[in-house]
Amino acid sequence: MLHRPKTLLCFSLALAFGVSLLAPQLNPYHLDVLLTIGINIVLAVSLNLVNGYTGQFSLGHAGFMAVGAYASAAFTLFAAPRWFPDANFLVTSACFFVALLLGGLASAGAGVIVGAPSLRLKGDYLAIVTLGFGEIIRVIFRNVDALGGALGLNGIPFHTNFFWVSFWGLITIYMVLALVNSSFGRGFLAVRDDEIAAEAMGINTTQYKIIAFVVSAFFAGIAGGLYAHLKSSIDPKGFDFMRSIEIVVMVILGGMANTRGVIMAAVILTLLPEILCPIAEYRMVIYSLLLIILMLTRPQGLFSFRIRPHPSHSA
Amino acid sequence: MNSTLLLNLQNCTIRFGGLTAVSELNFQIHENELVGLIGPNGAGKTTVFNLITGVYQPTSGRIEFDGKSISNLRPYQITAHGIARTFQNIRLFPSLTVFDNVRVAFHLHLLSGVNHAWWRGASFAKEEQDISDKVIELLRLFNLEQHRNTHSKNLPYGDQRRLEIVRALATRPKILLLDEPAAGMNPTEKIELMNLIQFVKDKFNISVLLVEHDMQVVMGICERIVVLDYGLKIAEGAPEQIRSNPKVIEAYLGE
Repeated sequence: MLHRPKTLLCFSLALAFGVSLLAPQLNPYHLDVLLTIGINIVLAVSLNLVNGYTGQFSLGHAGFMAVGAYASAAFTLFAAPRWFPDANFLVTSACFFVALLLGGLASAGAGVIVGAPSLRLKGDYLAIVTLGFGEIIRVIFRNVDALGGALGLNGIPFHTNFFWVSFWGLITIYMVLALVNSSFGRGFLAVRDDEIAAEAMGINTTQYKIIAFVVSAFFAGIAGGLYAHLKSSIDPKGFDFMRSIEIVVMVILGGMANTRGVIMAAVILTLLPEILCPIAEYRMVIYSLLLIILMLTRPQGLFSFRIRPHPSHSA
Repeated sequence: MNSTLLLNLQNCTIRFGGLTAVSELNFQIHENELVGLIGPNGAGKTTVFNLITGVYQPTSGRIEFDGKSISNLRPYQITAHGIARTFQNIRLFPSLTVFDNVRVAFHLHLLSGVNHAWWRGASFAKEEQDISDKVIELLRLFNLEQHRNTHSKNLPYGDQRRLEIVRALATRPKILLLDEPAAGMNPTEKIELMNLIQFVKDKFNISVLLVEHDMQVVMGICERIVVLDYGLKIAEGAPEQIRSNPKVIEAYLGE
C-alpha cells in the first residue's frame, strides 16, 4: 500500500475531486452524515498517532478541535469579509483554506503549550492533564464575549464540502502513515513499547512525544475548522469531555496503532447513532451496550489485522 | 595501560536519601578493554550502570567519556556519545519485529526527520534502503536473520538476549555495557555468550563493561575486574589477583 505513497495520495486526491463534483446530487442529510464521517476520520486518525502509535493517553482531543474551530471560524467571520469584501468563488475557497490552516496552527500551538510540560507525565497522569486542558479551553471560550460566550459563534458560512473533507482526510491519513512507516517514525512505536529502552537507544523520548502531540493537535484543529464550517454554528458545549471520549472510543475500537481499523471504527461509530435514530429513546442504550459487547469480545480492537511483514530482502 | 582512556569515573558518589549506594568510586576503562564489575547482591553494580548511562546523576564526582564530561546528560545524549547498554531484565520493544528493533537503534545516525518522511524524496528512499541493508547485515552476523519478521516478544530467551546486544551495537557504541547477560542461562548458553562477547569486542573493536554474577563467565573472559561491596570498590585487578584477594573472599563468603 505504501510502496508509492505520494502517487497514491495524488491519485486519491484527484479521485476525491472527481467524486466531489457529484456530491451536490446527494440528499443533504446523507451528505451531512458523510461529511461528519470524514471529520471524525480526521479526528480519530490523528488521535491514533498519540494514543495508538506513541502510547500516550490523551483525553483532550476535543479541546484541540475547539481551538481549531474557533480560530478558523473567527477568521472566516471577522477577518475574511473585511479584507475581501466582494469575493468570488476562488477567493472564498482560498480564504477557507487559510482559515483551516490557521485553525490547525493555532491548535498545534496549543499542543506545544500543553504538551511540553505535561508529556513528562505517564499514563493516567497525562490523561488527567489533557482532560483538564480540554475543560479549560471550553471554559475560556464560554467566557470570552468576543467569541460569543456561551452562545458561541453563529452564521459561519457553509464552506465545508465533500472535496475539502476528503482532501484533509486523505492528507491526515497520509501524514500519519508516512510518518510511522519510516525509520524515524519507528521511534514513536519504540517510545510506546519501552520508554527506558528507547532512551537508551538514543531516542529523545520527549521530543518524539511532542512531535506526535503537535501533529495530532494540528489535524484536530483542521477537523474543528471543517466542523465549524459544516454546522455553521459552534458553541463551547459541542467540544466537551464526551466529544473527546467519542474519539478515544474510535481509536480503541479500531485497534490502537491500526489506522485502517480506526478509519472503519470512525465510519461505524458515526453511522451507528444515525441508524439507530428511529428508536430514539433506546439509541444511547444500544450504542453503549454495543460498545461493551465489542470491548468484551474484541479487546484488541474490532479490526486488528496482522502487521504486514517487512518486504523480503534481496540484496 | 598503553591504550587510550575512554571512560573515567572520578570520585563518583550517589546517595538516595540516607543510603549511599555508591561511594567515592574511581575506575577507568580503556579502548578495546573487557572489564568486569562484580560484587554481592546490592553492592551497587546496576547503580553504577545507571550512573554511567545517565539514568541517575551522581551526587558528587565526575564521569568523563572520551575526555568530555557526561555527568549531567540525559540517557539518549549519552548513547549519542557512544555508550550503549543492555538491561538486566531484557527490555526489547516487544511489539516491534526483530528487524524494527534494530532499525530503531540506527536512529542516532539518521539524517532524515519528519519532513523527509512526509516528502519521501530520493534521499529518504536511499537512506531507508541503507539502513535496511545495515540491519540485515547485523542480523546475519548474529544469526538472527531468519527471525527478521518475528515480534521480539516471541523470540526464545537466548535470542532475545542476543537481539538486545545487536540492538545496542546498532547505535555504534565505543563502549558496550552488559548488565547480567548470563542471567537465566544454562552452562552451554553461558559458553556461547562468552564467545559472543569476545566476538563482539574483537569484531567491532569496542570496550565492554560486564556486570555479572556468574564467576565462570567473569573470570573466563574479563581482562580486569572491579569488585564492589556496599558501594565501595574493594578490589581491582586481573582475574587471578581477584580470585585470591582476601577482601573479595570475605565479601562473598563472609568472615
